[in-house]
Amino acid sequence: MADRVIVNTSINGEEATLLCEPRQTLLEVLREGLRLTGTKEGCSNGNCGACNVLLDGVLVNSCLVLAVEAEGRSVTTIEGIALPEGLHPLQQKFLEHAALQCGICTPGFIISAKALLEENPSPTEEEVRFWLAGNLCRCTGYDKIVRAVLDTAEAAPSVGSFGGETP
Amino acid sequence: MAKYVGARQKRVEDPRLITGNARYLEDVQLPGMLHAAVLRSPYAHARIDSIDTSAASRLPGVVAVFTGQDFADLNPLPCAWQAGGVTNNANTPRVLEIDKVTHTGMGIAVVVAEDRYAAEDALAHIEVAYSVLPTVVDAKKATEAGAPQLHENAPDNICMTWECGDQDGTDRALGASDVVIREHLTNQRLIPTAMEPRGAIGSYDPGTEEYTVWMTSQAPHVMRLLMTAFVMGIPETKMRCLSPQVGGAFGSKIFLYPEYPMVAVLAQKLGRPVKWTESRQENYIATTHGRDHQTDFEVGALRDGTITALKVTTYANLGGTLSTIAPGIPTSLYGSMLSGTYKIPHLHCQVYGVYTNTAMVDAYRGAGRPEATFVIERAVDLVARELNLDPAEVRRKNFIQPEDFPYEPASNLLNGLAYDSGEYEKALERALEQVGYREFRQEQQEARQQGRYLGIGLSSYVEICGVAPSKWVGLPGEGWGAGLWESANVRVHLTGKTVVTTGSQSHGQGLETTMAQVVADELGIPIEDIEVKHSDTMSTPFGYGTYGSRSAAVGTIALYNSVQRIKEKARKLGAHMLEASEEDVVYQDGNVFVKGSPEQAKTIQEIAGAAAVAYDLPAGMEPFLDDTAYYDPPNCTYPFGTHICIVEVDTDTGRVEIKRYLSVDDCGPVINPLIADGQVQGGITQGIAQALYEFAAYDDSGQLLTASMMDYAIPKAEHLPHFENSHTVTPSPVNPMGIKGIGEAGTIASAPAVVNAVVDALSPFGIRDINMPLTPQAVWRAIQEAGR
Repeated sequence: MADRVIVNTSINGEEATLLCEPRQTLLEVLREGLRLTGTKEGCSNGNCGACNVLLDGVLVNSCLVLAVEAEGRSVTTIEGIALPEGLHPLQQKFLEHAALQCGICTPGFIISAKALLEENPSPTEEEVRFWLAGNLCRCTGYDKIVRAVLDTAEAAPSVGSFGGETP
Repeated sequence: MAKYVGARQKRVEDPRLITGNARYLEDVQLPGMLHAAVLRSPYAHARIDSIDTSAASRLPGVVAVFTGQDFADLNPLPCAWQAGGVTNNANTPRVLEIDKVTHTGMGIAVVVAEDRYAAEDALAHIEVAYSVLPTVVDAKKATEAGAPQLHENAPDNICMTWECGDQDGTDRALGASDVVIREHLTNQRLIPTAMEPRGAIGSYDPGTEEYTVWMTSQAPHVMRLLMTAFVMGIPETKMRCLSPQVGGAFGSKIFLYPEYPMVAVLAQKLGRPVKWTESRQENYIATTHGRDHQTDFEVGALRDGTITALKVTTYANLGGTLSTIAPGIPTSLYGSMLSGTYKIPHLHCQVYGVYTNTAMVDAYRGAGRPEATFVIERAVDLVARELNLDPAEVRRKNFIQPEDFPYEPASNLLNGLAYDSGEYEKALERALEQVGYREFRQEQQEARQQGRYLGIGLSSYVEICGVAPSKWVGLPGEGWGAGLWESANVRVHLTGKTVVTTGSQSHGQGLETTMAQVVADELGIPIEDIEVKHSDTMSTPFGYGTYGSRSAAVGTIALYNSVQRIKEKARKLGAHMLEASEEDVVYQDGNVFVKGSPEQAKTIQEIAGAAAVAYDLPAGMEPFLDDTAYYDPPNCTYPFGTHICIVEVDTDTGRVEIKRYLSVDDCGPVINPLIADGQVQGGITQGIAQALYEFAAYDDSGQLLTASMMDYAIPKAEHLPHFENSHTVTPSPVNPMGIKGIGEAGTIASAPAVVNAVVDALSPFGIRDINMPLTPQAVWRAIQEAGR
């Protein structure tokens, strides 16, 4: 078994020191090491987006990122999305639209949509659909997810109003 | 006074799902847990000559390696639904195969290690000597002379030959028809691809000799029964099964798979809990597939569009071995529904269930009914085309009319059952009006003048849902090896807080919400006071699980019936508390009062408290408000509707763009429109996926070419339209709530709507059919060939 290495990082705004094997993915260390199991494994090869997290605010598939790559950077997972006063506006809209069914792809969609709205606070429907192309959902047909994201943008159109850790 | 039923009630499941706090199988960790990885056959047809596990066993982190010989005392998995009334030459997988494999992905050996890395890495160190055998992957070719034979007990690779309807009458009616149209249809193989792969965890308590198995299952009670009584030969009562949060299933998690009893036995052998989770590639090769029909049909009609007869022959590919309910799908749920929404006087269907060197095929969303609907809805369009009639007009002409219900399709197709209720024309007219059918035809003409090819496709479907009546579906009838009733227990606790336990199992449908809505209205308490619990065999009454759109029409009715009995007991106790006579008091909106005096009421909370403390009960009354109901309905339910798709085809590239997709569904009264629309939209998407994108491709040697999310074309947000959904409401007379079911309607209706639209768009080229999926290549090729 490979030697373990120490990784200094920030997870959902809190300093964290991880002890992990160099071969371990960020997904695995989040889930197994830190027990942050909201990030899901759907395919482990970067196709489905269920494992989406933000790395320094950039959307990544955590199954394709090694944990050691988080050294000195900040990681945002679904567990860090909610605001101090309650649910994040995207979470609220997902709830209102019932933009989910089995829920296993949902953390990835919320993370992905957050990254979209931080980059483009007033996306068109087409822009939402193309941005979300890295996230697979087998239950909803995407329509309610697209509505929830558009609705979030409409309700809070200004940049930076989406909370969480913006770089 | 309904407050919750019919309302857009937010789902009670969602707060935990949108925050990452839901606990799926992958999230369950037990102390001391080991990890298992399965070595799977790379060959589709081979004898296993020898297996050497010694090198793998010596690797660091590896605890043990087992082969099929180590599980030789376990029975092969049962096939619980064999086609009714005929011989089924059944062959099912073992926990691990011992001497032979008939498709890639069959388990050969298992490594148990301290972590998943060590287990997976060790697989490469197991040496297996195979004698590779010839393969066949096509169901029709598998029945031809000289084809490789998979199983000794299945000559010509035929598992079963099944038929329904009246062959002679159908032949005569076809002979007397003005036109007879013949067509060959392929309903291609699909892969369910739930976003959560399968998995299981086994643990064993040597003190009590009890097993606990967590698994990704739609039917934990059935899993327990099959594992204990059929595979392991231990008392059913010595096992507890649990499904935690399940991440989608679409049928693929109904079945018993080899890995479930395997983890139970491994936990017992090793004295530690053992977890197995599927990789995505394993999900493609070792979890069941769906569809895979090759069908030839003849449809007869009179010049005016009246359909006279339908004759169907289908080769249903069942894979290398039988999955749990495989033979029931292309028979009871397919042949029986070929009449669709139409009065067809003569019908005959012949089905060959065939073994091939491919993954097991079993129920996938819709299960038999999408295949049947595809045949009849394509047939109706071909009749319209042949006779130069409007496809809407041909549908109108042949529809079963409201006064015809209960309607028994021709030739006792439904084996004694009858369609319950329907207003097929109303749904069609609503859809045509919403889409602007006449205006579209005008627009289509104008577009063609400009060289643009628009098309419109209709699909008027009926499905069979709430599959249950035990006497019908069971061994005396359709061959299902048990019953299909459902159960519910309702307990109103001392504080008035209410717990419902159900044998149904929610894996994305939102049953915790819809069931709570029904209880809240019926009992007259806030929805926040209700907990709906499911998926644990220790704490819920036996139930057959959730599939076939049956949890609203069967499971929820069990619940409804239980609440009625709770209310009746509460009414009697309330009368006692009010010192009134039982005949004079009523139960209304959570209060019991003397008729005409609602101000002097006892609330359900007060009554529940009185029942629980039991200081002063009427003579003979037992304490507590607690009731368990078992519901076996007299008939299935038959939801219906019309879907319309509008496409534009780029004839230079063959690309199909969906411009509009509109549904009018009738599932009886809608419990929660927010949830029902979600079910419809997700269902439509899986049908569009079949029509345009998805195809499980095998090469001739039985290798699955589409075994990743890169190769198997699940549609993304950019590939799909905005959906326009609405409903008509025709209650079912089958159950007291009039509910029909909605889980599969979208999938059943949508593939023919899309294909009919594309064929309509390309009718100027003389194209009358293109095999699914209608990829740009397939469409472009059809246009080129038509042009020659």
